[in-house]
Amino acid sequence: MQVTDQKLEIAIGRMLQAGVLLAAAVVLIGGVLYLRQETGLRPDYSHFTGVVERLRSPAEIVTNALHGRARSIIQLGLLLLIATPIARVALAAVGFFLERDHLYVWVSLIVLAVLLYSLLHAF
Amino acid sequence: MSTPEFSLWIFLSSIIAGLLGSLTGLGGGVVIVPVLTVLFHVDIHYAIGASLVSVIATSSGAAAAYVREGYSNIRIGMFLEIATTVGALFGAWLTTRVPTHAIGIVFGVVLLYSAYASVRMKHREHGADKPDPLATRLRMNGTMPTAEGPESYVAQRVPAGFSLMFLAGSLSGLLGIGSGAVKVLAMDQAMRLPFKVSTTTSNFMIGVTAAASAGIYLSRGYISPGLAMPVMLGVLGGSLVGSKILVHAHVRILRIVFAVVIVALGLEMMINSIAGKL
Repeated sequence: MQVTDQKLEIAIGRMLQAGVLLAAAVVLIGGVLYLRQETGLRPDYSHFTGVVERLRSPAEIVTNALHGRARSIIQLGLLLLIATPIARVALAAVGFFLERDHLYVWVSLIVLAVLLYSLLHAF
Repeated sequence: MSTPEFSLWIFLSSIIAGLLGSLTGLGGGVVIVPVLTVLFHVDIHYAIGASLVSVIATSSGAAAAYVREGYSNIRIGMFLEIATTVGALFGAWLTTRVPTHAIGIVFGVVLLYSAYASVRMKHREHGADKPDPLATRLRMNGTMPTAEGPESYVAQRVPAGFSLMFLAGSLSGLLGIGSGAVKVLAMDQAMRLPFKVSTTTSNFMIGVTAAASAGIYLSRGYISPGLAMPVMLGVLGGSLVGSKILVHAHVRILRIVFAVVIVALGLEMMINSIAGKL
């Protein structure tokens, strides 16, 4: 039991690290493009209006990122980052299932449901 | 100031925030929000949006290193994440209901508490091994490595810990921070878990908690790419360097210095909020 838990934790740790590195790489690429385009005066962040609609919805972010738009590529990296802990909870659910720990399969699925509700409710 | 110049300043500040956050165990989010609002006059909604994504990055980036040490407890973390994620949804909902100056005041209070906790709180080296019926049924026990071999522990007072975790989640969703200080309070003080188990498990939970409100932040337009990019890369870089150079000899002095900085930022934020300048 203890050995399997340890293996599950190591798998989760590796997955989180890979997700973060991938997300950071995408954000960096978007960032370099962004800074090459935006050489004018800094944007004003002192009054909240919210970013434009196409930088809010995951579907539009992906479409625009594929067209090489710098700010959409940054948002895509941030989306990958947000997806990383969600994937972690799903991986834990699978791990607990393989360990036949049904109580914690349910606990993981409840957490996963809350996370997905947050994403689906938001859009 | 031009955009590249502004981005560079934000990036450098974020590196320092990430470095100090990881060296003191408070996390980068708690520093970067007041830096952005007080020093760079960024609206608090954009500041908490940028901070929240950096919090996910540092939590996930440090996880692999923490796992190797063998202290984190995946079951305790997962069970308590029910409370933190529901709390995070509630907190993110509150950001639209609560006026900006109130968010600033709550933030100031959390900063002052974090500073106090990092300097004053006594930590338990060993966990309780007294059986607790609820914790046993929920399998909230474990063993951790010590110099004398594996040592077992059992969680205590699960309902108190669970309630505090709801509070931690709400603060995370409202303020865009990891609220590691409250998470550690729940596990260390309420559930009487060994300190190392509390801090490493807390780190694991922070990313999941933040992800629960990140979707809502994104759809409301709090996450601005031009601001989140230098903040996320800077805080992540700073915290990875911080975890490599973590030398225990000077942590105490560093904590006190950092606590003073945090208290100053907290007071500044509260004063600005009351004056309506935030």
